[in-house]
Amino acid sequence: MTEQAATLEAPVARAASVNDLTIHVATVNGSGSQSSNNVLMRAIFQMGIPVSGKNLFPSNIAGLPTWFTIRANKDGWVGRKKEVDFMICMNAQTAKDDVMALDPGAICMYDEPLNCAQYRDDLRFYPVPFAKLAAEVSDDSRLRKLLTNMVYVGVAAELLGIERAELEVALDKQFKGKKKAAELNVAAIDKGLEFAKANLSPQSLFRLERMNETAGKIIIDGNSAAALGAVFGGVTVVTWYPITPSSSLCEAIIGYAKRFRVEPDGKATFAIVQAEDELAAVGMVLGAGWAGARSMTATSGPGISLMSEFAGLGYFAEIPGVIWDIQRVGPSTGLPTRTAQGDILEVATLSHGDTQHIALIPGSVAECFEFAIQALDLAEIFQTPIFVLSDLDLGMNNWMSEPFAYPEAPIRRGKVLSQEKLEELKGQWGRYADVDGDGIPYRTLPGTEHPMASYFTRGSGHDAQARYSERPADYVATVDRLKKKYATAKQYVPRPEVDRKPGAKIGYIAFGSSHLATLESQQQMKREKGIDVSYLRLRALPFTDEVFEFIRTHDRIYVIEQNRDGQMCDLLRLELAEEALKLRKVLHYDGLPIDARFVTDVVCELEC
Amino acid sequence: MAESTLKTKSEAPKENRLGLKPADYQGGKSTLCAGCGHDAISNQIVRAFYEMGVNPDKVIKLSGIGCSSKTPAYFLSRAHGFNAVHGRMPAVATGAVLANRTLVSVGVSGDGDTASIGLGQFMHMIRRNVPTIYIIENNGVYGLTKGQFSATADEGSKLKTGVVNDLHPMDLCALAVELGCGFVARGFAGDPKQMVNILKAAIAHNGLCVIDVVSPCVTFNNHEGSTKGYQYSKEHQELLHQIGFVPSFEQIEVEVGPGEVKEVEMHDGSRVLLRRLEEDYDPANAIQALQRLHEAHDRGEILTGLVHLRPEKESFMDLLHVVDEPLATLPAERTRPGRAALEQIMKELM
Repeated sequence: MTEQAATLEAPVARAASVNDLTIHVATVNGSGSQSSNNVLMRAIFQMGIPVSGKNLFPSNIAGLPTWFTIRANKDGWVGRKKEVDFMICMNAQTAKDDVMALDPGAICMYDEPLNCAQYRDDLRFYPVPFAKLAAEVSDDSRLRKLLTNMVYVGVAAELLGIERAELEVALDKQFKGKKKAAELNVAAIDKGLEFAKANLSPQSLFRLERMNETAGKIIIDGNSAAALGAVFGGVTVVTWYPITPSSSLCEAIIGYAKRFRVEPDGKATFAIVQAEDELAAVGMVLGAGWAGARSMTATSGPGISLMSEFAGLGYFAEIPGVIWDIQRVGPSTGLPTRTAQGDILEVATLSHGDTQHIALIPGSVAECFEFAIQALDLAEIFQTPIFVLSDLDLGMNNWMSEPFAYPEAPIRRGKVLSQEKLEELKGQWGRYADVDGDGIPYRTLPGTEHPMASYFTRGSGHDAQARYSERPADYVATVDRLKKKYATAKQYVPRPEVDRKPGAKIGYIAFGSSHLATLESQQQMKREKGIDVSYLRLRALPFTDEVFEFIRTHDRIYVIEQNRDGQMCDLLRLELAEEALKLRKVLHYDGLPIDARFVTDVVCELEC
Repeated sequence: MAESTLKTKSEAPKENRLGLKPADYQGGKSTLCAGCGHDAISNQIVRAFYEMGVNPDKVIKLSGIGCSSKTPAYFLSRAHGFNAVHGRMPAVATGAVLANRTLVSVGVSGDGDTASIGLGQFMHMIRRNVPTIYIIENNGVYGLTKGQFSATADEGSKLKTGVVNDLHPMDLCALAVELGCGFVARGFAGDPKQMVNILKAAIAHNGLCVIDVVSPCVTFNNHEGSTKGYQYSKEHQELLHQIGFVPSFEQIEVEVGPGEVKEVEMHDGSRVLLRRLEEDYDPANAIQALQRLHEAHDRGEILTGLVHLRPEKESFMDLLHVVDEPLATLPAERTRPGRAALEQIMKELM
């Protein structure tokens, strides 16, 4: 390798930047690059620079291409950015496409045999003989493959200015307890650092420098955050059927519950069951909720489809339970490892007949934690299935956050009549009677020792006393009360977050994992176009009055969502028909996380 | 034909050991057809729970969809009932037992509910050994939709309309034995004495009990050519043994000759007595159970009795190592970890 080849100067001038770049790593699935990418991301985080990591992976165990995107940004914009500044090409299958997709002036570091420099003359290339370097670290051919990934960490660190000490700390975290593995990986990183120092000419286009924006913050994925919330929310029965991208949520519950929910005698204050399918998973959740447990399951779109019949039973017979939907691209199997917000309409009215479900929509990992607790409370307060709409991007990718606050509010168990209460009432009560006028009836738990405690739960027609009934008046009374109960929920669900800009004529409505991209676009609109944009982030169904007020007080509303049809926008239009023409759709649905530039471009086309 | 039961005592008292009367175990009025086998089973459930002195407030009764699944409304009104969706009683019952392991769980299902739409859940419930008395009221037809064949209909049996079933029937007892169920029995709605003893033994068992009961449908499957009607079943019932049951709270000596009776001690200390008829039958032997079931089937006979009994099998709740109290009502101090736990995790994530 000649010095010239290593430092091909890019003819395109780009403004140098500090602490503002996107690193994109292309590897082969199953090659063990995940740990390397995490080390890279963590080290940047530990240098005090806001950062995020997104794994774009195939539905495959090994062999297909996979990418990992790290975005570091001094201002905290760590939603996805399409434009790649620093490419690491390790995969022969995609090398050419990866290189061709780069903007002029970008940096491309690549595995030397891939000969990436042949494709473009407007990039800055850094070829690295990874196989040779890894061979110098270990003789074991299997290990060498894995170590190759750590070598690129070292090279990238040298070129970008990532501190070696922080790499070591990150490695320790990654390989906790496994001293030998950590040592070998440090050696691989050093190999990369040394090689870069000796052979590659330094670049000053993209630099990372220590700052102080991440002190005291945590990095976590949404599924782990939700699992923590469930464990601290007092969940007692968890059922699940493995499905990407939700499996890691229940697996994380298993991990945390084993640590924190086992009593000194070794017995668990929880039961976790891997069911035979999603039908059984949700059936167990409702059986447990009926018998008084705080129960939940997690699934994705295909599982939600299977749960449809039970969702109707839970709604109509009024049984608590929490169902997390970690959305992925549908319909059908769709793109099982890619992100979407495509189950909004399905979940809103899941099941046959007239149904309306309460849904919480977390927009951050902290909200995954909070809403996990709140969903368990709401399920028992409203005696109905509560859905939580997360997605693959929020659930499986790494996000920075303030540490989660310990839940101060006591656990709420809803309207349950105890033995004592029944005695007070002389046994006079009706399971489906609307005593308080809020549409929420009282229930008793199986096992309550009182001759009048029991009632019969059924998905068929029933009256206020839970007796079988086909009388028209009873049916109407039941479903009308359920509607009232749904309206009551508006006072309990998380309210939207509203950022109203004085004088703004247009507003954004977004939700879930679109949050950061939306925020960043709001700022781009101001900075680049001088346009003030208000922003309302939805956090739940049913819609609360703030949503309608926000729509009424702006001339045009852009509803930003990650599906083809604008499902949330359609739901809003149904409820606010007179304002329907104000609502415009910004739709991102290619399976990759939404990015700010996309939003800004779409809005600008219509506004600027 | 021999008596199906072994007499263990002479008269029933007017109150049970809890001081409750039979009326405390009654249910609502049945809306099934007069003479339906299902009602006969409901009556024996009432009797078994009363005589065993089970607190009816501590019983849950669950079902799927169909005629059989309506019956939980017709027994034990003091127990919470749950009429779930078609074929999904096992999942709902599993969830309820997970939530409160101190309850006695009774699931009622039919041959359509279990052998067709709910077959998967039935099998997985067996695999997990969830403590539940799972009663299949088996009449070979879908009654509520007016008489279509079910998956347990015998080959060659005829519908009222003359349609002949040409598919092989599913034997739910054989399936249960194959899947490792620790309590498998077959009864006949027309033999209430045997039924009540099977039910009592089931109440004494810790784990899943599969009780397949031939329960004739008087409206759609009780005619000439039907193999699940009263007449046919009476003529073709074959007894494995005579069943006697001695509850844990009664000290009764049963007079039997030496070597005549096999005694099995149940989880709660009750004793099941099985008097041999034609041959020595070991209810713990799965191979023998399957052989006898297949032989009886080939002869067109309905083999009844305690087909398979392994009281020592660990139940799902024991395997899960959950606390002894109901998870449902654990106080928050036991279900919400303390501040230090969250702080520790946050530190690890920094």
